Amino acid sequence: MLTIVLILTMVISSCVGAVHISFSELLSILAYHTGLSDHQNFEAQQAAVFLNLRLPRVLLGVLIGAALGVSGAAIQGLFRNPLAEPGLIGISSGATLFAVVMIVLETKIFKELTGLVGFYALSLASFIGAGLTTMLVYRIAMRNGKTIITTLLLGGIAINALAGAFVGLLTYMATDAQLRNITFWSLGSLGGASWPTVTALLPFVLIPVFALPFLAKSLNALALGEAQAMHMGVNVKVVKRLIIALATMAVGASVAVAGIIAFIGLIIPHILRMTFTADHRLVIPGAALLGAALLTLADLIARTVVAPAELPIGILTAMIGAPVFIYIIITERNKNNP
Amino acid sequence: MIKVRGLSYKAGSKKLLDNLSFDAHKGELLAILGANGAGKSTLMKLLCREIKPAAGTILINQKELDNYRLEDLAKTRAVLSQHNTLSISFQVKELVLMGRYPHFQQKPTAADFGIVNQVMEETGITHLASRDYNTLSGGEQQRVQLARVIAQIYDSPNACLLLDEPTNGLDLQYQQQIMVLARSLADRGYCVICILHDINFASRFADRIMMLKNGKKVAEGLPIEVINCENIHETFSIKVKLMECEGYNCPLVVPATILK
Repeated sequence: MLTIVLILTMVISSCVGAVHISFSELLSILAYHTGLSDHQNFEAQQAAVFLNLRLPRVLLGVLIGAALGVSGAAIQGLFRNPLAEPGLIGISSGATLFAVVMIVLETKIFKELTGLVGFYALSLASFIGAGLTTMLVYRIAMRNGKTIITTLLLGGIAINALAGAFVGLLTYMATDAQLRNITFWSLGSLGGASWPTVTALLPFVLIPVFALPFLAKSLNALALGEAQAMHMGVNVKVVKRLIIALATMAVGASVAVAGIIAFIGLIIPHILRMTFTADHRLVIPGAALLGAALLTLADLIARTVVAPAELPIGILTAMIGAPVFIYIIITERNKNNP
Repeated sequence: MIKVRGLSYKAGSKKLLDNLSFDAHKGELLAILGANGAGKSTLMKLLCREIKPAAGTILINQKELDNYRLEDLAKTRAVLSQHNTLSISFQVKELVLMGRYPHFQQKPTAADFGIVNQVMEETGITHLASRDYNTLSGGEQQRVQLARVIAQIYDSPNACLLLDEPTNGLDLQYQQQIMVLARSLADRGYCVICILHDINFASRFADRIMMLKNGKKVAEGLPIEVINCENIHETFSIKVKLMECEGYNCPLVVPATILK
Protein backbone atom coordinates (compact mmCIF):
# COMPACT_ATOMS: atom_id res chain seq x y z
CA MET A 1 0.00 0.00 0.00
CA LEU A 2 2.83 2.37 0.86
CA THR A 3 4.40 1.56 -2.50
CA ILE A 4 1.24 2.77 -4.22
CA VAL A 5 1.26 5.95 -2.14
CA LEU A 6 4.87 6.54 -3.10
CA ILE A 7 4.30 6.00 -6.84
CA LEU A 8 1.24 8.26 -6.71
CA THR A 9 3.13 11.12 -5.07
CA MET A 10 5.99 10.67 -7.52
CA VAL A 11 3.61 10.97 -10.46
CA ILE A 12 1.79 13.99 -9.04
CA SER A 13 5.05 15.64 -8.15
CA SER A 14 6.39 15.06 -11.64
CA CYS A 15 3.35 16.64 -13.23
CA VAL A 16 2.83 19.74 -11.10
CA GLY A 17 5.01 22.80 -11.40
CA ALA A 18 5.71 25.90 -13.43
CA VAL A 19 5.47 23.84 -16.59
CA HIS A 20 2.41 21.67 -16.30
CA ILE A 21 2.55 18.11 -17.56
CA SER A 22 -0.62 16.02 -17.73
CA PHE A 23 -0.63 12.38 -16.77
CA SER A 24 -1.06 11.20 -20.36
CA GLU A 25 1.76 13.45 -21.48
CA LEU A 26 3.94 12.03 -18.71
CA LEU A 27 3.20 8.50 -19.89
CA SER A 28 3.96 9.51 -23.42
CA ILE A 29 7.31 11.05 -22.44
CA LEU A 30 8.23 7.90 -20.55
CA ALA A 31 7.13 5.63 -23.38
CA TYR A 32 8.96 7.71 -25.98
CA HIS A 33 12.23 7.84 -24.09
CA THR A 34 12.23 4.19 -23.14
CA GLY A 35 11.59 3.31 -26.77
CA LEU A 36 8.19 1.74 -26.15
CA SER A 37 6.45 4.16 -28.48
CA ASP A 38 7.55 6.58 -31.17
CA HIS A 39 4.50 8.82 -30.82
CA GLN A 40 5.48 12.21 -29.48
CA ASN A 41 2.30 13.20 -27.68
CA PHE A 42 3.94 16.07 -25.77
CA GLU A 43 5.85 19.29 -26.26
CA ALA A 44 9.63 19.25 -26.37
CA GLN A 45 9.78 21.79 -23.54
CA GLN A 46 7.73 19.50 -21.31
CA ALA A 47 10.07 16.61 -21.96
CA ALA A 48 13.11 18.79 -21.26
CA VAL A 49 11.66 20.05 -17.99
CA PHE A 50 10.65 16.58 -16.95
CA LEU A 51 13.93 14.88 -17.75
CA ASN A 52 16.38 17.56 -16.67
CA LEU A 53 14.61 19.26 -13.78
CA ARG A 54 11.60 17.46 -12.46
CA LEU A 55 12.67 13.84 -12.57
CA PRO A 56 16.02 14.35 -10.82
CA ARG A 57 14.29 16.48 -8.22
CA VAL A 58 11.60 13.90 -7.56
CA LEU A 59 14.21 11.15 -7.39
CA LEU A 60 16.30 13.23 -5.00
CA GLY A 61 13.26 13.69 -2.76
CA VAL A 62 12.61 9.96 -2.87
CA LEU A 63 16.20 9.09 -2.00
CA ILE A 64 16.57 11.62 0.80
CA GLY A 65 13.14 10.83 2.23
CA ALA A 66 13.98 7.14 2.25
CA ALA A 67 17.39 7.81 3.79
CA LEU A 68 15.98 9.99 6.57
CA GLY A 69 13.09 7.64 7.31
CA VAL A 70 15.26 4.54 7.51
CA SER A 71 18.06 6.12 9.52
CA GLY A 72 15.55 7.65 11.94
CA ALA A 73 13.93 4.27 12.53
CA ALA A 74 17.29 2.56 12.96
CA ILE A 75 18.67 5.18 15.34
CA GLN A 76 15.51 5.13 17.47
CA GLY A 77 15.84 1.38 17.68
CA LEU A 78 19.52 1.55 18.53
CA PHE A 79 19.17 4.17 21.25
CA ARG A 80 15.98 2.56 22.53
CA ASN A 81 14.06 5.80 22.39
CA PRO A 82 11.37 7.00 19.99
CA LEU A 83 12.65 10.56 20.41
CA ALA A 84 16.16 9.91 19.13
CA GLU A 85 16.58 11.51 15.75
CA PRO A 86 19.69 12.24 13.69
CA GLY A 87 19.03 15.98 13.98
CA LEU A 88 18.34 15.97 17.71
CA ILE A 89 21.36 13.98 18.76
CA GLY A 90 23.73 16.09 16.69
CA ILE A 91 24.53 13.77 13.79
CA SER A 92 23.12 16.11 11.16
CA SER A 93 24.86 19.18 12.51
CA GLY A 94 28.13 17.27 12.69
CA ALA A 95 27.70 16.43 9.03
CA THR A 96 26.81 20.06 8.27
CA LEU A 97 29.86 21.37 10.08
CA PHE A 98 32.13 19.14 8.05
CA ALA A 99 30.46 20.15 4.81
CA VAL A 100 30.66 23.85 5.66
CA VAL A 101 34.30 23.54 6.66
CA MET A 102 34.93 21.95 3.29
CA ILE A 103 33.12 24.69 1.40
CA VAL A 104 34.55 27.68 3.23
CA LEU A 105 38.09 26.63 3.79
CA GLU A 106 38.28 25.01 0.37
CA THR A 107 41.00 22.92 1.80
CA LYS A 108 43.60 21.25 -0.32
CA ILE A 109 42.41 17.86 0.81
CA PHE A 110 38.91 18.61 -0.32
CA LYS A 111 40.11 19.72 -3.73
CA GLU A 112 42.15 16.59 -4.10
CA LEU A 113 39.18 14.55 -2.91
CA THR A 114 36.96 16.24 -5.46
CA GLY A 115 39.48 15.44 -8.15
CA LEU A 116 39.53 11.86 -6.99
CA VAL A 117 35.87 11.02 -6.50
CA GLY A 118 34.12 13.99 -8.08
CA PHE A 119 30.60 14.49 -6.85
CA TYR A 120 31.01 12.00 -4.04
CA ALA A 121 33.46 14.30 -2.23
CA LEU A 122 30.90 16.36 -0.31
CA SER A 123 28.86 13.27 0.57
CA LEU A 124 31.99 11.63 1.82
CA ALA A 125 33.00 14.66 3.89
CA SER A 126 29.63 14.90 5.61
CA PHE A 127 29.51 11.13 6.06
CA ILE A 128 32.80 11.41 7.94
CA GLY A 129 31.37 14.33 9.92
CA ALA A 130 28.24 12.34 10.74
CA GLY A 131 30.28 9.30 11.67
CA LEU A 132 32.62 11.21 13.97
CA THR A 133 29.75 12.97 15.73
CA THR A 134 27.85 9.72 16.21
CA MET A 135 30.92 8.15 17.78
CA LEU A 136 31.37 11.21 19.98
CA VAL A 137 27.71 11.29 21.09
CA TYR A 138 27.84 7.59 21.61
CA ARG A 139 31.00 7.82 23.71
CA ILE A 140 29.35 10.54 25.80
CA ALA A 141 26.14 8.56 26.28
CA MET A 142 27.71 5.16 26.92
CA ARG A 143 28.47 3.87 30.36
CA ASN A 144 29.35 0.29 31.20
CA GLY A 145 28.17 -0.78 27.80
CA LYS A 146 24.77 0.84 28.20
CA THR A 147 23.32 3.95 26.61
CA ILE A 148 22.01 6.59 28.95
CA ILE A 149 19.28 8.31 27.00
CA THR A 150 19.20 11.60 28.91
CA THR A 151 22.93 12.01 28.49
CA LEU A 152 22.54 11.16 24.84
CA LEU A 153 19.97 13.86 24.22
CA LEU A 154 21.88 16.41 26.28
CA GLY A 155 25.06 15.49 24.44
CA GLY A 156 23.15 16.05 21.22
CA ILE A 157 22.10 19.53 22.36
CA ALA A 158 25.70 20.36 23.24
CA ILE A 159 27.00 19.13 19.92
CA ASN A 160 24.29 20.99 18.03
CA ALA A 161 25.27 24.17 19.85
CA LEU A 162 28.96 23.62 19.26
CA ALA A 163 28.55 22.79 15.58
CA GLY A 164 26.19 25.77 15.21
CA ALA A 165 28.78 28.07 16.78
CA PHE A 166 31.51 26.88 14.45
CA VAL A 167 29.26 27.19 11.43
CA GLY A 168 28.44 30.73 12.61
CA LEU A 169 32.13 31.49 12.96
CA LEU A 170 32.79 30.19 9.48
CA THR A 171 30.12 32.45 7.98
CA TYR A 172 32.30 35.44 8.94
CA MET A 173 35.11 34.00 6.91
CA ALA A 174 32.91 33.08 3.98
CA THR A 175 32.59 34.96 0.70
CA ASP A 176 29.16 35.95 -0.56
CA ALA A 177 28.83 32.92 -2.78
CA GLN A 178 29.92 30.64 0.00
CA LEU A 179 27.48 32.33 2.35
CA ARG A 180 24.58 31.52 0.05
CA ASN A 181 25.69 27.91 0.07
CA ILE A 182 25.82 27.87 3.86
CA THR A 183 22.35 29.37 4.22
CA PHE A 184 21.17 26.52 2.10
CA TRP A 185 22.71 24.02 4.51
CA SER A 186 20.98 25.42 7.52
CA LEU A 187 17.49 25.38 6.00
CA GLY A 188 17.58 22.36 3.77
CA SER A 189 16.41 22.33 0.20
CA LEU A 190 16.12 19.99 -2.72
CA GLY A 191 16.86 22.90 -5.06
CA GLY A 192 20.27 21.51 -5.90
CA ALA A 193 18.74 18.57 -7.70
CA SER A 194 20.46 17.40 -10.85
CA TRP A 195 21.48 14.05 -12.26
CA PRO A 196 25.00 14.27 -10.76
CA THR A 197 23.62 14.90 -7.24
CA VAL A 198 21.21 12.00 -7.65
CA THR A 199 24.00 9.65 -8.67
CA ALA A 200 26.24 11.01 -5.92
CA LEU A 201 23.57 10.17 -3.36
CA LEU A 202 22.39 6.86 -4.78
CA PRO A 203 24.88 4.39 -3.24
CA PHE A 204 24.80 6.11 0.15
CA VAL A 205 21.06 5.60 0.29
CA LEU A 206 20.63 2.24 -1.41
CA ILE A 207 23.15 0.44 0.80
CA PRO A 208 21.46 1.40 4.10
CA VAL A 209 17.94 0.96 2.72
CA PHE A 210 18.66 -2.57 1.62
CA ALA A 211 21.02 -3.56 4.42
CA LEU A 212 19.12 -2.27 7.46
CA PRO A 213 16.12 -4.61 7.07
CA PHE A 214 18.52 -7.49 7.75
CA LEU A 215 19.16 -5.96 11.17
CA ALA A 216 15.43 -5.54 11.91
CA LYS A 217 15.24 -8.61 14.13
CA SER A 218 18.19 -7.41 16.18
CA LEU A 219 16.62 -3.96 16.49
CA ASN A 220 13.43 -5.54 17.83
CA ALA A 221 15.44 -7.52 20.35
CA LEU A 222 17.30 -4.36 21.38
CA ALA A 223 13.96 -2.80 22.34
CA LEU A 224 13.99 -5.20 25.28
CA GLY A 225 17.43 -4.06 26.38
CA GLU A 226 20.99 -4.82 25.43
CA ALA A 227 21.44 -7.65 27.92
CA GLN A 228 18.14 -9.21 26.86
CA ALA A 229 19.11 -8.95 23.18
CA MET A 230 22.38 -10.68 24.00
CA HIS A 231 20.46 -13.45 25.79
CA MET A 232 18.51 -13.93 22.58
CA GLY A 233 21.69 -14.48 20.60
CA VAL A 234 22.19 -10.99 19.19
CA ASN A 235 25.80 -9.91 18.92
CA VAL A 236 25.03 -6.49 20.31
CA LYS A 237 28.46 -4.97 19.70
CA VAL A 238 28.60 -5.85 16.01
CA VAL A 239 24.95 -4.95 15.42
CA LYS A 240 25.39 -1.53 17.02
CA ARG A 241 28.42 -0.71 14.90
CA LEU A 242 26.63 -1.78 11.73
CA ILE A 243 23.57 0.30 12.56
CA ILE A 244 25.67 3.37 13.32
CA ALA A 245 27.66 2.99 10.11
CA LEU A 246 24.60 2.49 7.92
CA ALA A 247 22.48 5.20 9.53
CA THR A 248 25.23 7.82 9.46
CA MET A 249 25.98 6.93 5.86
CA ALA A 250 22.41 7.78 4.91
CA VAL A 251 22.21 10.90 7.08
CA GLY A 252 25.62 12.22 6.03
CA ALA A 253 24.94 11.88 2.33
CA SER A 254 21.52 13.50 2.54
CA VAL A 255 22.93 16.41 4.51
CA ALA A 256 25.64 16.82 1.89
CA VAL A 257 23.06 17.08 -0.87
CA ALA A 258 20.11 18.81 0.75
CA GLY A 259 21.23 20.23 4.08
CA ILE A 260 19.41 19.51 7.32
CA ILE A 261 15.82 18.45 6.78
CA ALA A 262 14.56 18.03 10.29
CA PHE A 263 11.92 15.79 11.83
CA ILE A 264 11.37 13.41 8.88
CA GLY A 265 13.42 10.80 10.72
CA LEU A 266 11.28 11.38 13.78
CA ILE A 267 7.73 11.42 12.48
CA ILE A 268 7.91 8.76 9.77
CA PRO A 269 8.76 5.82 12.05
CA HIS A 270 6.30 7.18 14.59
CA ILE A 271 3.41 7.22 12.11
CA LEU A 272 4.23 3.65 11.09
CA ARG A 273 4.40 2.44 14.68
CA MET A 274 1.10 4.12 15.50
CA THR A 275 -0.81 2.83 12.49
CA PHE A 276 0.70 -0.57 11.79
CA THR A 277 3.21 -2.16 14.11
CA ALA A 278 6.41 -1.47 16.00
CA ASP A 279 8.06 -4.48 14.37
CA HIS A 280 11.23 -3.20 12.68
CA ARG A 281 10.88 -5.86 10.03
CA LEU A 282 8.01 -3.72 8.71
CA VAL A 283 8.97 -0.31 10.09
CA ILE A 284 12.36 -0.16 8.32
CA PRO A 285 11.17 -0.81 4.76
CA GLY A 286 7.98 1.10 5.53
CA ALA A 287 9.99 4.11 6.69
CA ALA A 288 11.89 4.07 3.41
CA LEU A 289 8.66 4.15 1.39
CA LEU A 290 6.70 6.58 3.56
CA GLY A 291 9.71 8.84 4.07
CA ALA A 292 10.21 8.99 0.31
CA ALA A 293 6.53 9.74 -0.31
CA LEU A 294 6.25 12.37 2.40
CA LEU A 295 9.40 14.23 1.43
CA THR A 296 8.44 14.24 -2.24
CA LEU A 297 5.07 15.65 -1.26
CA ALA A 298 6.62 18.22 1.07
CA ASP A 299 8.97 19.29 -1.71
CA LEU A 300 6.05 19.62 -4.10
CA ILE A 301 4.39 21.98 -1.64
CA ALA A 302 7.66 23.80 -0.95
CA ARG A 303 8.25 24.63 -4.60
CA THR A 304 4.65 25.44 -5.59
CA VAL A 305 3.07 27.24 -2.64
CA VAL A 306 4.98 30.51 -3.04
CA ALA A 307 5.80 30.07 -6.76
CA PRO A 308 7.80 31.39 -8.53
CA ALA A 309 9.86 31.60 -5.32
CA GLU A 310 10.65 28.48 -3.35
CA LEU A 311 10.20 27.70 0.32
CA PRO A 312 13.13 25.89 1.96
CA ILE A 313 11.77 22.42 2.63
CA GLY A 314 13.34 22.38 6.10
CA ILE A 315 10.88 25.07 7.17
CA LEU A 316 7.99 22.94 6.01
CA THR A 317 9.13 19.71 7.67
CA ALA A 318 9.83 21.56 10.92
CA MET A 319 6.36 23.11 10.85
CA ILE A 320 4.78 19.67 10.51
CA GLY A 321 7.37 17.80 12.54
CA ALA A 322 7.78 19.96 15.62
CA PRO A 323 4.12 19.70 16.72
CA VAL A 324 4.27 15.93 16.20
CA PHE A 325 7.43 15.91 18.30
CA ILE A 326 5.65 17.74 21.11
CA TYR A 327 2.75 15.32 20.82
CA ILE A 328 5.11 12.34 21.18
CA ILE A 329 6.76 13.90 24.23
CA ILE A 330 3.37 14.35 25.87
CA THR A 331 2.18 10.80 25.12
CA GLU A 332 5.50 9.42 26.37
CA ARG A 333 5.13 11.43 29.55
CA ASN A 334 1.58 10.21 30.11
CA LYS A 335 2.65 6.64 29.47
CA ASN A 336 5.44 6.81 32.01
CA ASN A 337 3.43 8.55 34.73
CA PRO A 338 -0.19 7.60 34.30
CA MET B 1 23.48 -29.68 32.80
CA ILE B 2 25.12 -26.68 34.40
CA LYS B 3 28.38 -27.30 36.18
CA VAL B 4 30.08 -24.44 37.99
CA ARG B 5 33.58 -24.84 39.39
CA GLY B 6 35.68 -22.40 41.38
CA LEU B 7 33.81 -19.37 40.13
CA SER B 8 35.10 -15.98 41.33
CA TYR B 9 34.31 -12.45 40.32
CA LYS B 10 35.80 -9.21 41.56
CA ALA B 11 34.63 -5.64 41.32
CA GLY B 12 37.68 -3.57 42.17
CA SER B 13 39.20 -5.26 45.18
CA LYS B 14 35.88 -6.57 46.47
CA LYS B 15 35.17 -10.22 45.83
CA LEU B 16 31.54 -10.49 44.75
CA LEU B 17 31.81 -14.22 44.20
CA ASP B 18 34.42 -16.33 45.89
CA ASN B 19 35.33 -19.78 44.62
CA LEU B 20 31.78 -20.98 44.12
CA SER B 21 31.04 -24.48 42.86
CA PHE B 22 27.71 -26.17 42.30
CA ASP B 23 25.69 -28.24 39.85
CA ALA B 24 22.22 -27.88 38.48
CA HIS B 25 20.64 -30.88 36.82
CA LYS B 26 18.17 -31.62 34.10
CA GLY B 27 14.58 -31.59 35.31
CA GLU B 28 15.52 -29.75 38.46
CA LEU B 29 14.53 -26.41 39.90
CA LEU B 30 17.43 -24.96 41.85
CA ALA B 31 16.53 -21.94 43.96
CA ILE B 32 19.20 -19.48 44.98
CA LEU B 33 18.62 -17.56 48.19
CA GLY B 34 20.65 -14.79 49.70
CA ALA B 35 20.51 -11.32 51.17
CA ASN B 36 20.96 -8.26 48.99
CA GLY B 37 24.57 -8.04 47.87
CA ALA B 38 25.23 -11.73 48.47
CA GLY B 39 26.29 -12.19 44.86
CA LYS B 40 23.09 -13.66 43.42
CA SER B 41 22.79 -11.18 40.58
CA THR B 42 26.51 -11.41 39.84
CA LEU B 43 26.15 -15.16 39.62
CA MET B 44 23.20 -14.75 37.26
CA LYS B 45 25.15 -12.38 35.02
CA LEU B 46 28.06 -14.80 34.90
CA LEU B 47 25.74 -17.67 34.00
CA CYS B 48 24.25 -15.55 31.20
CA ARG B 49 27.73 -14.62 29.93
CA GLU B 50 26.95 -10.96 30.45
CA ILE B 51 30.19 -10.64 32.38
CA LYS B 52 33.29 -12.78 32.42
CA PRO B 53 34.54 -14.50 35.60
CA ALA B 54 37.89 -13.63 37.17
CA ALA B 55 38.44 -17.33 37.73
CA GLY B 56 36.60 -20.61 37.41
CA THR B 57 34.57 -22.36 34.76
CA ILE B 58 30.92 -22.69 33.79
CA LEU B 59 29.93 -25.70 31.73
CA ILE B 60 26.54 -26.03 30.06
CA ASN B 61 25.94 -29.53 28.73
CA GLN B 62 29.64 -30.30 29.15
CA LYS B 63 30.63 -27.38 26.94
CA GLU B 64 32.31 -24.31 28.27
CA LEU B 65 30.12 -21.25 28.25
CA ASP B 66 32.74 -19.19 26.42
CA ASN B 67 32.96 -21.69 23.58
CA TYR B 68 29.33 -21.29 22.56
CA ARG B 69 28.42 -19.16 19.61
CA LEU B 70 25.88 -16.57 20.76
CA GLU B 71 23.16 -18.01 18.52
CA ASP B 72 23.74 -21.52 19.82
CA LEU B 73 23.82 -20.31 23.38
CA ALA B 74 20.46 -18.64 22.82
CA LYS B 75 19.01 -22.01 21.84
CA THR B 76 20.52 -23.67 24.92
CA ARG B 77 19.64 -21.24 27.64
CA ALA B 78 17.01 -18.57 28.06
CA VAL B 79 17.07 -15.78 30.61
CA LEU B 80 14.31 -13.89 32.34
CA SER B 81 15.95 -10.73 33.65
CA GLN B 82 14.79 -8.72 36.59
CA HIS B 83 14.07 -5.49 34.79
CA ASN B 84 12.11 -5.79 31.60
CA THR B 85 11.24 -2.48 30.05
CA LEU B 86 10.26 -2.15 26.45
CA SER B 87 11.34 1.01 24.67
CA ILE B 88 8.91 0.60 21.80
CA SER B 89 5.35 -0.66 22.10
CA PHE B 90 5.08 -4.17 20.78
CA GLN B 91 2.04 -6.37 20.77
CA VAL B 92 2.14 -9.34 23.11
CA LYS B 93 2.28 -11.88 20.28
CA GLU B 94 5.11 -9.98 18.60
CA LEU B 95 7.03 -10.00 21.85
CA VAL B 96 6.54 -13.72 22.38
CA LEU B 97 7.65 -14.30 18.79
CA MET B 98 10.94 -12.60 19.67
CA GLY B 99 11.72 -15.71 21.69
CA ARG B 100 11.90 -17.54 18.37
CA TYR B 101 14.43 -15.09 16.87
CA PRO B 102 17.43 -17.37 17.38
CA HIS B 103 15.60 -20.05 15.39
CA PHE B 104 14.80 -18.30 12.14
CA GLN B 105 16.61 -15.93 9.81
CA GLN B 106 14.26 -13.40 8.25
CA LYS B 107 10.83 -15.00 8.24
CA PRO B 108 9.35 -17.08 11.05
CA THR B 109 8.20 -20.55 9.99
CA ALA B 110 4.78 -22.06 10.64
CA ALA B 111 6.43 -24.06 13.41
CA ASP B 112 7.58 -20.85 15.09
CA PHE B 113 4.06 -19.43 15.04
CA GLY B 114 2.76 -22.77 16.33
CA ILE B 115 5.13 -22.61 19.29
CA VAL B 116 4.18 -19.00 20.00
CA ASN B 117 0.48 -19.94 20.16
CA GLN B 118 1.21 -23.02 22.22
CA VAL B 119 3.28 -21.08 24.76
CA MET B 120 0.71 -18.30 25.02
CA GLU B 121 -1.90 -20.97 25.70
CA GLU B 122 0.21 -22.63 28.38
CA THR B 123 1.04 -19.39 30.14
CA GLY B 124 -2.57 -18.22 29.94
CA ILE B 125 -1.95 -15.07 27.93
CA THR B 126 -3.78 -15.96 24.71
CA HIS B 127 -6.46 -13.38 25.48
CA LEU B 128 -3.74 -10.71 25.62
CA ALA B 129 -2.20 -11.64 22.24
CA SER B 130 -3.09 -8.41 20.45
CA ARG B 131 -2.65 -6.07 23.41
CA ASP B 132 0.09 -3.45 23.57
CA TYR B 133 2.69 -4.74 26.04
CA ASN B 134 3.10 -1.37 27.73
CA THR B 135 -0.60 -1.24 28.66
CA LEU B 136 -0.46 -4.49 30.64
CA SER B 137 -0.23 -4.78 34.42
CA GLY B 138 3.08 -5.77 35.99
CA GLY B 139 1.90 -9.32 36.55
CA GLU B 140 0.67 -9.71 33.01
CA GLN B 141 3.92 -8.26 31.66
CA GLN B 142 5.94 -10.75 33.64
CA ARG B 143 3.89 -13.65 32.30
CA VAL B 144 4.39 -12.36 28.75
CA GLN B 145 8.15 -12.12 29.31
CA LEU B 146 8.16 -15.62 30.71
CA ALA B 147 6.24 -16.81 27.65
CA ARG B 148 8.88 -15.20 25.41
CA VAL B 149 11.64 -16.93 27.33
CA ILE B 150 9.86 -20.31 27.19
CA ALA B 151 9.30 -19.90 23.44
CA GLN B 152 13.05 -19.47 23.03
CA ILE B 153 13.82 -22.97 24.33
CA TYR B 154 10.48 -24.66 23.70
CA ASP B 155 11.89 -27.21 21.26
CA SER B 156 15.27 -27.62 22.97
CA PRO B 157 14.65 -30.29 25.63
CA ASN B 158 18.15 -30.01 27.08
CA ALA B 159 18.00 -26.28 27.63
CA CYS B 160 18.40 -24.28 30.82
CA LEU B 161 16.25 -21.50 32.10
CA LEU B 162 17.66 -18.73 34.27
CA LEU B 163 15.10 -16.73 36.22
CA ASP B 164 16.25 -13.65 38.12
CA GLU B 165 13.73 -12.90 40.87
CA PRO B 166 10.76 -13.70 38.63
CA THR B 167 8.18 -12.92 41.31
CA ASN B 168 9.54 -9.49 42.19
CA GLY B 169 6.87 -6.84 42.54
CA LEU B 170 3.98 -9.19 41.79
CA ASP B 171 0.94 -9.85 43.93
CA LEU B 172 0.44 -13.24 45.56
CA GLN B 173 -1.68 -14.68 42.77
CA TYR B 174 0.84 -13.81 40.07
CA GLN B 175 3.75 -14.96 42.22
CA GLN B 176 2.02 -18.29 42.55
CA GLN B 177 1.28 -18.52 38.82
CA ILE B 178 4.87 -17.76 37.86
CA MET B 179 6.27 -20.32 40.31
CA VAL B 180 3.79 -23.00 39.17
CA LEU B 181 4.97 -22.36 35.61
CA ALA B 182 8.63 -22.54 36.63
CA ARG B 183 7.92 -25.79 38.45
CA SER B 184 6.14 -27.30 35.44
CA LEU B 185 9.09 -26.37 33.22
CA ALA B 186 11.46 -28.23 35.50
CA ASP B 187 9.08 -31.20 35.49
CA ARG B 188 9.13 -31.12 31.71
CA GLY B 189 12.89 -31.67 31.80
CA TYR B 190 14.45 -28.23 31.71
CA CYS B 191 17.13 -27.22 34.14
CA VAL B 192 15.71 -24.20 35.95
CA ILE B 193 17.82 -21.91 38.13
CA CYS B 194 15.79 -19.33 39.95
CA ILE B 195 16.83 -16.50 42.25
CA LEU B 196 14.19 -15.99 44.92
CA HIS B 197 13.69 -13.82 47.95
CA ASP B 198 10.87 -15.74 49.53
CA ILE B 199 12.23 -18.68 51.50
CA ASN B 200 8.83 -20.37 51.70
CA PHE B 201 8.34 -20.15 47.96
CA ALA B 202 11.77 -21.67 47.50
CA SER B 203 11.10 -24.59 49.80
CA ARG B 204 7.67 -25.12 48.29
CA PHE B 205 8.68 -25.18 44.62
CA ALA B 206 12.40 -25.95 44.38
CA ASP B 207 14.03 -29.35 44.26
CA ARG B 208 17.16 -27.98 45.83
CA ILE B 209 18.18 -24.73 47.45
CA MET B 210 21.53 -22.96 47.52
CA MET B 211 22.14 -20.14 49.98
CA LEU B 212 24.76 -17.48 49.35
CA LYS B 213 26.43 -14.95 51.58
CA ASN B 214 29.22 -12.58 50.61
CA GLY B 215 29.82 -14.53 47.43
CA LYS B 216 30.25 -17.82 49.28
CA LYS B 217 27.99 -20.79 49.60
CA VAL B 218 26.36 -21.14 53.02
CA ALA B 219 24.37 -24.27 52.29
CA GLU B 220 23.17 -26.39 49.43
CA GLY B 221 20.75 -29.28 49.39
CA LEU B 222 17.15 -30.41 49.58
CA PRO B 223 14.83 -27.82 51.17
CA ILE B 224 14.28 -30.05 54.18
CA GLU B 225 18.06 -30.27 54.69
CA VAL B 226 18.97 -26.62 54.38
CA ILE B 227 15.98 -24.75 55.75
CA ASN B 228 16.87 -24.39 59.41
CA CYS B 229 17.30 -21.49 61.80
CA GLU B 230 21.11 -21.59 61.70
CA ASN B 231 21.43 -21.42 57.92
CA ILE B 232 18.86 -18.67 57.63
CA HIS B 233 20.49 -16.67 60.39
CA GLU B 234 23.84 -17.12 58.70
CA THR B 235 22.47 -16.06 55.31
CA PHE B 236 20.09 -13.25 56.17
CA SER B 237 21.23 -12.25 59.68
CA ILE B 238 17.71 -12.59 61.03
CA LYS B 239 16.19 -14.79 63.69
CA VAL B 240 13.36 -16.99 62.48
CA LYS B 241 11.01 -19.64 63.76
CA LEU B 242 10.14 -22.76 61.86
CA MET B 243 6.52 -23.90 61.77
CA GLU B 244 5.40 -27.30 60.67
CA CYS B 245 2.48 -27.05 58.33
CA GLU B 246 0.16 -29.74 57.13
CA GLY B 247 0.66 -30.65 53.49
CA TYR B 248 4.15 -29.19 53.32
CA ASN B 249 7.14 -31.44 53.67
CA CYS B 250 9.31 -28.53 54.72
CA PRO B 251 8.63 -26.23 57.67
CA LEU B 252 7.48 -22.67 57.03
CA VAL B 253 9.79 -19.86 58.02
CA VAL B 254 8.40 -16.92 59.98
CA PRO B 255 10.21 -14.03 61.71
CA ALA B 256 10.97 -14.78 65.33
CA THR B 257 10.80 -11.26 66.72
CA ILE B 258 7.80 -9.07 66.37
CA LEU B 259 8.37 -5.38 66.84
CA LYS B 260 5.89 -3.54 68.96
